[in-house]
Amino acid sequence: MIGNFPYVTVAVSIGCGLYILMFQKNLIKLAIGINLIESGINLFLITLGYRKGGVAPIYTQAPAGKAMVLPTPQALTLTSIVIGVATSALVLSMAMMIYKHYGTIEVDKARRLRG
Amino acid sequence: MKLMDHIPALIIAVPLLAAFLSPVVGKINKKVVGILAALALGFSLIFTIILAVKILSVGPQVYVFGAKSPSLTLPSGLKFPIRIIFQIDAMGIFMGLITALVSFLGAVYSLAFIDKNNGIDKYYSLLLLLAVSMFGMELTGDIFNFFVFLEIASMASVSLICYKGTERGEPVEAGFKYMVVSSISALMVLFAIGIFYGEYDVLNMAALASVIKYSQLDKIALGILVPVLAMKAGAVPMHMWTPDAYSEAPAPITMILVAASQASLYALFRVVFSLYNITLNTLVVGWIIIIFGLLSMFIGVTMAIIQKDIKRLMAYHAISQTGYMLLGVGVGLAVLANPIALPEYGITAMEGGIFHIMNHALYKGLLFLTAGALFYRTGTRDLDKMGGLAHSMKYTTIFFIIGAAAIAGLPPFNGFASKLLIYESVYRFNPLLSIIAMVVSILTLASFVKVFHSAFLGPQLPQFKEVKEVPQSMVLTMAVLSCLIIFFGLFPDLIVKNLVHPAVMSLIEQFKYTGIVLGGR
Repeated sequence: MIGNFPYVTVAVSIGCGLYILMFQKNLIKLAIGINLIESGINLFLITLGYRKGGVAPIYTQAPAGKAMVLPTPQALTLTSIVIGVATSALVLSMAMMIYKHYGTIEVDKARRLRG
Repeated sequence: MKLMDHIPALIIAVPLLAAFLSPVVGKINKKVVGILAALALGFSLIFTIILAVKILSVGPQVYVFGAKSPSLTLPSGLKFPIRIIFQIDAMGIFMGLITALVSFLGAVYSLAFIDKNNGIDKYYSLLLLLAVSMFGMELTGDIFNFFVFLEIASMASVSLICYKGTERGEPVEAGFKYMVVSSISALMVLFAIGIFYGEYDVLNMAALASVIKYSQLDKIALGILVPVLAMKAGAVPMHMWTPDAYSEAPAPITMILVAASQASLYALFRVVFSLYNITLNTLVVGWIIIIFGLLSMFIGVTMAIIQKDIKRLMAYHAISQTGYMLLGVGVGLAVLANPIALPEYGITAMEGGIFHIMNHALYKGLLFLTAGALFYRTGTRDLDKMGGLAHSMKYTTIFFIIGAAAIAGLPPFNGFASKLLIYESVYRFNPLLSIIAMVVSILTLASFVKVFHSAFLGPQLPQFKEVKEVPQSMVLTMAVLSCLIIFFGLFPDLIVKNLVHPAVMSLIEQFKYTGIVLGGR
C-alpha cells in the first residue's frame, strides 16, 4: 500500500496542474500549473524505475549482489527536467512581454485575439 | 560509399550545425545569415531526395546512433534495441520530403521578407531548429526521442510566433496560448511514454509494436496520445490556438508551422497504425478520428467565412483541410481489420488522406505566402482595407488564383486529385460523410471568392498607388510552389503510385515498419 504512495502524489500533482490550467486566469499561475504537471510526470518516471532496496546505478561502484534501480528512467527524467527549465523560462518571459504591452497578466483583460 | 550510409544523420546534422553557427555568423555579417540557412536547408532537401530514392527502390532504412555500423540494430544477441535508432520507411520519408521542401522555401522567402536589422540571426537560428525538430519527429524510431523533438519544435515555433512581440502584444498572446497547448501535449506524450516503459521496458517503437497487447494500460496510453496529438495538429475541438498562432506568425513561419502540425498528425497516424495496428478496436478508434475530421472540416470552414483578417481566414481553412486528412485516414483505419473492405476502398481512402497532406502543405503554403506578400506591400491584413491590388501585383494575383483553386478542389490543380480520391472511397464507406466533405469544399470556394474579390478586384485604391510587385526571391518561391501544384494536379497518378501508395502500405502493414529493426521476426 505504502509503495503506491508516489503514484497517488503523481495523480494529485497532475490533477492540480490541470485544474490550474483550466480555471485560473493569472498567467504566472498558468506557468506554475505547467510546472506542477511536469513535476508529477518526472516523479512518475522516477518511481517506475525504483526497485525495493536498490542502489544507485553506477556499474563500477555497486556492491556485489545488490539490486540496482533502473538507470533509463533517470536519464529520461534528467532530459525532461532540462526541457522543463527551458519551457518555464520561455513561458515566464512571454508573461513578462504580455505585461509590458497590455499592462496586466489577467487572461480576461489581456485578450485581443478573438473570433 | 561511406557518406551514403550517414545520410539519415546528415539530414538533421547539417541544419543543426547551421542553427548554432548563424548567431556567430550574424556577429560578422548580417546579410549572409539568411543565405547560410537557405544553403543548409538546401543540403537537407538534397539529402532527403537521395534518401527517398533509396528507400523507394531498396526498402526501409535504419540508422543507429553510436553503433559500430549504422545498420547494427541488435548488437551481440540483444532481444530489443537499446540505442537511439532512426527508422525511416516510405511514410516517414514522405513527410520528410514535405518538411524539407517547405522549410527550404520558407528560408528563401524570408531572405526578402524579414527585416534585416532586427534579430535576423536569431530568426534563422530558430527557423533551422524548427526544421531540425520536424525532421527528427518524422525520422526517429525511438518514442522518447520523439518527445524531445516535439519539445524542440514547440519551443522553436513559439519563439518564432513571438518574433514581432517586441513591437506588438498580439504575437506574444498567440505564442503564450500555443506554448501552453504544446507543453501540455508534450508532457502528456511523456506520460504515455512512461506507461509504455513501465509496462514493456522498451522505448523503441518497433520493439514496442511487437509486444503491445492492448491491455487496460495501453488503452489509457492511446486515450492520452490520440487527443494530444490531434490537439497539436489543430483538429477541432482543440483548435483554439491555430488561428491565433497562424495569423500572428510571419508568413514564411506560418507555412512551416503548417508542416509542423502535420508532423504531429504523422505521429498520430504512426501511433495508431505502426504501434497498435489491428490489436486495437479499429472501428471505434477509426470513427473517433473520423468525427475529429468531420468537426474540423465543418467548424473550420464555417468559422473561416466570417473572418476579416486574411491570415486568420486562411488559418481556419487550414483546420478545415486537416479534417480531410483525418477523414481519409480515419476511414482507412475503420476498415483496417476488414479484409474485404480494406483493398476495395480503405486503401484508396488512406491514399487520399495522405496525398492531401502533401497537397495541403503546398497550396496552403502558397496561400500564406501570398497573404505575406500582400502584407509586405500594403502593411495590413484586414480585407476591408485592401482592394484593387490586381492592378499592381500581377504575379501575386496569379499565384493566389492557383492556390485558391487548389484548396477549393477545382480540376487541373492538386487539391482536386486528393479530394476526388477521398470522395469516391468515403462514399462507399458512408455516403453522408462524402456529402459533408463536398459541401465543405463548396464553402471553401465561396470563402476564397470573397477574399479574391475584396483584395484583388475593384478599382485601384489611392493609398495603394505606390504598391509594386514583391521582390524576386518571394516571387520565385511562390512560383516554385505553383508549378508543383499544377504538376501534382496534372499527373496525380505518378505521385500516388510512386510516393503515396508505398507510404500507405507501410502504415497498413505493421511488419514493414517493425521488421527492419527486429530482423524479420
